[in-house]
Amino acid sequence: MIVPKYTREIPQRFRLEAEKCTKCGYIAFPPRLICPECGQKSFQMIQLQPEGKILTYTIIHVAADAFSTQTPFAVAIIETKEGARMTAQVVDCTLEKIETGKDVKLMLRCIQREGKAGILQYGYKAILSR
Amino acid sequence: MVGIVGYGSYIPVYRIKVEDIASQWGMDPQAVKKGLLVNEKTVPAMDEDTITISVQATKYALQRAQIDPQEIGAVYIGSESHPYAVKPSGTVLIDAIGIGPDVHVADFEFACKAGTEAMFVAYSHVKAGNMKYALGIGADTSQGAPGDALEYTASAGGSAFIMGSEKVIAEFEYTYSFTSDTGDFWRREGMKYPKHGGRFTGEPAYFHHVISSGKGILEKSGLKASDFAYAIFHMPNGKFPQKAGKILGFGKEQLEPGWVVPWMGNTYSGSSPTGLSATLDIAKPGDRILLVSFGSGAGSDSFVFKVTDEITSVQDRAPKFREMLDGHKIYLNYGEYLKHYDKIHMNE
Repeated sequence: MIVPKYTREIPQRFRLEAEKCTKCGYIAFPPRLICPECGQKSFQMIQLQPEGKILTYTIIHVAADAFSTQTPFAVAIIETKEGARMTAQVVDCTLEKIETGKDVKLMLRCIQREGKAGILQYGYKAILSR
Repeated sequence: MVGIVGYGSYIPVYRIKVEDIASQWGMDPQAVKKGLLVNEKTVPAMDEDTITISVQATKYALQRAQIDPQEIGAVYIGSESHPYAVKPSGTVLIDAIGIGPDVHVADFEFACKAGTEAMFVAYSHVKAGNMKYALGIGADTSQGAPGDALEYTASAGGSAFIMGSEKVIAEFEYTYSFTSDTGDFWRREGMKYPKHGGRFTGEPAYFHHVISSGKGILEKSGLKASDFAYAIFHMPNGKFPQKAGKILGFGKEQLEPGWVVPWMGNTYSGSSPTGLSATLDIAKPGDRILLVSFGSGAGSDSFVFKVTDEITSVQDRAPKFREMLDGHKIYLNYGEYLKHYDKIHMNE
């Protein structure tokens, strides 16, 4: 992830900023220029609640180099209360605790480090609600 | 009236027991635990650092304060484990929380008292009328070299305090600082771990500064130990704060709520601020609280707080510290602990 791209994505990765179509109510996360449901271009910015549920998940045993020390780890598709969907790591639990349908909270974590000298990239990860 | 309007703490879920560290280095686990009065310590997740800890503590502080983050005019994070050598931790925090960009941001360092420095400056801004609210944070993923005495206690966590002048929950009544050039503990530029002067860190450093600072604020305020409901002293281990409290005339019941080190370890810049947070969780209107920090190098900041009627309405708005400390935990073995602290040399 290059620095300009990371910086442009801060509103979504840090604050879960999404856009709601002013005509049909579709939630676009990340934001889009044109609504995929009704085709119009007018959106209202909303901030997603940092809560949702696990729709499905997988366990990564063989990861890309940047994540190799974290294996095995879980990546889930999370649906927020507003209906937006996103992929996120599920952390702070043993893997057997993760189940489809469980409620999660989204927290800011470091999502990637570019080696020993590169930029630190932060974003949301999911933890099981307790 | 100027004081704290919101507070919050955060600690990771990971722990390592002192006996697992002691066993690794051929030490007698019971002797180490008895010597330090520490049972286990918090360990950061591999994706946690001073920034993520500060962000979560701030979110809890905002839940309690119920203010618009855009009204916060300054953000100061005190830590000796800022993830960047050059790029302030506070820059990430303000964008994560939604503060600014018209905000003054700075990272502070002063060994274990960087957090109370941040609180002191945040308070001073509000008192001077420079801004409506200011945020002071103490957080660390503390460093301790493998095999060093610090490894038994250096832990992770932090606390955030929003200062303001409306709906104050704990008024700043008095402040006092005591500072000198004392080489008890340091980390040179580019070095991964701090070094320290062994027993020299005790009497000439911790106790000289903490007792002088404590006496200083008692003289300045005209108060005595019995005027306080609670007191918190920096917690490098379990024994030092208890001894310091006893010297200044405080009893165990006054120290107990803020004495969080036996199950958390020493979160360096987050240590005494988290003791304050744990104490605010159970404080009642009218209680006086003494906070005395210590930072090697060396210095000590003291504060006298008077808890107001507002405290009872904010205590349950966010997770309390003891709930986090006693709640969900994942214990690590020594190898996993090294991985979490990035202490293993890997191929690039």
